[in-house]
Amino acid sequence: MMKNKISIFTKGIIKENPVLVLLLGLCPTLAVTTSALNGLGMGISVTAVLLCSNMAIALLKNVIPGKVRVPCYIVVIAGFVTVVQLLLKAYLPELDKSLGLYIPLIVVNCIILGRAEMFASKNSVADSALDGLGMGVGFTLALGTIGLIREFFGSGTAFGIELVNGGTTPMAVFLLAPGGFFVLAVIIATINWLSKGRAIKKKEIGCDGCPMIDECGGICEKEEERI
Amino acid sequence: MKEIIMIMMSVILVNNFVLSQFLGMCPFMGVSKKLDSATGMGLAVTFVMVLSTVATWPIQHFLLDPLGIGYMQTLVFILIIASLVQLVEVALKKYVPSLYRSLGIFLPLITTNCAVLAVTIMNIDDGYTFLQAVFNSAGAGIGFLLAMVLFAGLRQKLDESKMVPAPFKGIPITLITASILSLSFMGFSGIVDGIFG
Repeated sequence: MMKNKISIFTKGIIKENPVLVLLLGLCPTLAVTTSALNGLGMGISVTAVLLCSNMAIALLKNVIPGKVRVPCYIVVIAGFVTVVQLLLKAYLPELDKSLGLYIPLIVVNCIILGRAEMFASKNSVADSALDGLGMGVGFTLALGTIGLIREFFGSGTAFGIELVNGGTTPMAVFLLAPGGFFVLAVIIATINWLSKGRAIKKKEIGCDGCPMIDECGGICEKEEERI
Repeated sequence: MKEIIMIMMSVILVNNFVLSQFLGMCPFMGVSKKLDSATGMGLAVTFVMVLSTVATWPIQHFLLDPLGIGYMQTLVFILIIASLVQLVEVALKKYVPSLYRSLGIFLPLITTNCAVLAVTIMNIDDGYTFLQAVFNSAGAGIGFLLAMVLFAGLRQKLDESKMVPAPFKGIPITLITASILSLSFMGFSGIVDGIFG
């Protein structure tokens, strides 16, 4: 029983890491990871929303009518996002400025809606909380790592501390959009290589884990095959 | 007029939604395997972006702001977009079945596309007038379409290649391609100031 609970928590960190294995929530992953602190800040904000929304949805799962559940989930998630947004504005205005537009965009982060649909709507409150926390920690670790790599190569610092001390000129391209794509590509390739291709079974982003799967019934994949 | 052209140029080429702001990554990676579906998705996104801006801009300026409840923006906007997408889907199915067959399948996917929510919020944050906002959204959509079409073309070629090292097969090489495409779009930076400045 205890082991079961632990595995609910840990699966989000390694085996089903939302970013590096399931490849969900790529927009914030690439956009805000120009420094380790920004990545961690985004990760913690998402974790807070994920934890709260998972618990709220697990509590409400018997009340929400099946047909309108996705809009209901979105309202719950948007509520918590607004709370986080206001808290950041009040207490961490600098982080709020550097994350900017991407804070309200947590609402449409596939990870949160995905966990609501696939886990919280079927499990108890405690399990959902553990699941949300595990997924959130996995997301935070992934964003922190990507942020650290990009910050080190792009500005020669780590968490704002100078590391190279003028020994070499930092490669600013790592802080720009191409660097984001490149770093993520190399990290995923490394995971593929270390796990001999087992980690990412379905190597293409497809309908696996897409929160809209019930709405569209995998039609985008089918359509691709047809064309 | 000059201002509107500047806004559109900048959002299509310089601040391209996908390639420099990472908005709408899911469809960019997921629906860009074939040229036809990439075009369909791009057109559907453009359509929904313009439509949501037409709906959200007045709501922000004539409802949320006068009532002093600007903090409800996120919640209200996502609900408007979600219901609008549903409405468009039903309307297309009933009245323009031919268009529904080509764009309809992409519509449910657009609700959770962050590019749409992003463009509506951006229009408010940047203080655009209604007309500027509409053109900004159209530009964002066209930029998305352009990126999708270019990328789909590249991916079709990529699929034929047998030179990719095993760990890079699939998503990593796609991301590397996106990286190079985004690098080439960086060449446009400064073009707006260069022409109009």
